[in-house]
Amino acid sequence: MDLVQLQRQLVEYRTSLYHEGFLDEQYTQLQELQDENNPDFVVEVVSLFFEDSERLLNELTKALEQQSIDFKRVDAHVHQLKGSSSSIGAQRVQKVCIAFRNYCEEQNVEGCLKCLQQVRHEYSLVKTKLESMFQLEQQILSAGGSIPM
Amino acid sequence: MDGGCSDDMTTEIGDEPHVLAVDDNLIDRKLVEKLLKNSSCKVTTAENGLRALEYLGLGSDQRNAMEGTVSKVNLIITDYCMPGMTGYELLKKIKESSVLREVPVVIMSSENVPTRISQCLQEGAQMFMLKPLKQSDVKQLKCYLMKCRG
Repeated sequence: MDLVQLQRQLVEYRTSLYHEGFLDEQYTQLQELQDENNPDFVVEVVSLFFEDSERLLNELTKALEQQSIDFKRVDAHVHQLKGSSSSIGAQRVQKVCIAFRNYCEEQNVEGCLKCLQQVRHEYSLVKTKLESMFQLEQQILSAGGSIPM
Repeated sequence: MDGGCSDDMTTEIGDEPHVLAVDDNLIDRKLVEKLLKNSSCKVTTAENGLRALEYLGLGSDQRNAMEGTVSKVNLIITDYCMPGMTGYELLKKIKESSVLREVPVVIMSSENVPTRISQCLQEGAQMFMLKPLKQSDVKQLKCYLMKCRG
């Protein structure tokens, strides 16, 4: 595939992620923060998000497996996940976290377990999509092109 | 003089405002640091209130070490919801210090809770900002800081 085709593919892919609600305006803000001094800024922050989210999802799983669930603790983890997903523009993950927090407040175990499943699913979707997008970007850069805005 | 800020405002090394950013979320810390650096601020980050206080010289084992000294920082920006010490509690501690009380403190939160906002402003917070922060929010802060230095 030639450079122009790759660039077009990237723009289309990225646009679809916004349309499908995987990413929101905050992701654009993140891209705008990147500059020649920090050309890997977005990838770095998103990688941090991946690491941190996986840690939080593990903590959430453990916390919800307990005999006597500490909902405050569960809520604290969801609050973190909600914050980070919001900060990078992972809109669908953030939305599930909002519902998740409501179930925590109600101390609704079933609701929480359902949300945990949902948030794992949304997280894995956005991770796959962002990784695909980064791969496309890398291909463009390797071909000597620049990433279209 | 107007209240605007131009992007070609030149600052010399040493003229850069020094901001202490406090947030327990790693991603948010990285973001706020970049936002501030993009606005030509020197940035120090802290992951909680206690670390922030230690940095500022107000740690529990630094009694009276601050007497007569000048604040290291020109602005403190802190998240509200943090485990242990909230941003509000940190704000109070800063305002209780004779050396630090003049340093403007900005509180950030992902939640728009009017009572929380007025509580912070009443306690002396300069501003309350909604997360996630944008470059335009930080430009606003930078303008305010430059005006303060007059």
